[in-house]
Amino acid sequence: MTYQFTVSPDFGPSHIAGWQIFNTFLQRKLSEAIHFELYDSFDAQHKAIAEDNVDLIYANPYDAAMLVRDKGFVAIAKPQDKADEAMIVVNAESPIQSVEDLQPGSKIATTDDPDVHMMGMIMLEPADLDTSNVELKQCDSYILIAKELLRGTSDVGFFLEESFQDMSAIVREQLRSLVTSQIYIIQHSLLLGPALADRKEEIAQIILSMNDDEKGKGVLDSLGIKGWEHLEQEDVEFMIDLMSTLVE
Amino acid sequence: MQVQDMKPEDVTGDYREQTFTFFDGTKRKVLVCDEEVPYPEGRLIVSVTDPSGIITHVNKSFVEMSGFSEEELLGAGHYILRHPDMPPAAFKDLWDTVRAGKKWSGYVKNLRKDGKFYWVYATVVANVRDGNVKSYTSVRRKPSRKKIQECEALYPTLF
Repeated sequence: MTYQFTVSPDFGPSHIAGWQIFNTFLQRKLSEAIHFELYDSFDAQHKAIAEDNVDLIYANPYDAAMLVRDKGFVAIAKPQDKADEAMIVVNAESPIQSVEDLQPGSKIATTDDPDVHMMGMIMLEPADLDTSNVELKQCDSYILIAKELLRGTSDVGFFLEESFQDMSAIVREQLRSLVTSQIYIIQHSLLLGPALADRKEEIAQIILSMNDDEKGKGVLDSLGIKGWEHLEQEDVEFMIDLMSTLVE
Repeated sequence: MQVQDMKPEDVTGDYREQTFTFFDGTKRKVLVCDEEVPYPEGRLIVSVTDPSGIITHVNKSFVEMSGFSEEELLGAGHYILRHPDMPPAAFKDLWDTVRAGKKWSGYVKNLRKDGKFYWVYATVVANVRDGNVKSYTSVRRKPSRKKIQECEALYPTLF
């Protein structure tokens, strides 16, 4: 049997090769065939999950509720020191100095990255803004959001903090952050589907010990993470409960 | 339930004194000064209580905004934050809603250890495990100033 591994479509393009290397590393350690499938949108990924075509996933926190509670996925690990935080960003020359300066009708550039979009909308609430009184423009990538702000075609943009920091200094210097979330516990996680559930301990052991040998360390470097932390099922359940307080 | 009277030495500036009697008969003397502490940007204030309202988990933002230490908060009743300007009907609605298995949201004025206050937009959900309510999670975020003004006008009429 060939298992299916996928990664939330919101990770940076610089890490595609890293996830391929991770998949190869895991196949060798487990002596199992694992096919790495990348979906170019959340919709495409959700369809694959609905059709039970995913057995291991590096999941966006927004999808964790559906994966764990509807599809029976179990938690394995989360990346160390890598919470998902959102930023609300404007052009550096913008007269807007705080979220409260934003008015109804503001043009918001966002992506289909669900947790960042949700956190961004929450951070607009103090200005009495919601989907009913702003103009949302969905962009395919964070660099396109930066372009929206630089051209002045959007007033503010939502960024994943990590993606904002990954942009070139020249771009970042022309932009200005109004607010960055500091939530800490909303983050991506590695989740195992029912077909691999009986291998959970073995897979967790391989992943959590990646820092113990040079090959594993090399894979972590290519993923841009320091290592993996054990994730209890209750940790991911708590994150799901917390996320449920943030969605209408 | 563990909840102590507020102490004058913890409170800064002028204050007024009031005694609460909570739903379980517990009494608490609170010292209230009319100074608002702004909600910290970008943060969520998170706590978990057991089904009877005893605090079992708080995050760093909760500790910082409440003015209490984590040790003082854990084991205390959640009404340690109750401000006398909050109508009891709001909390009855909260408990009735979450005990019915639904999500509750509302604007809440919270009392700090130092007698100051802060407004939040709070959402409370039941944490269901294996079909049973194990605990409740409460998450607060920065409210809109307009909504606070509406509550400042409405809440005194609900006593």
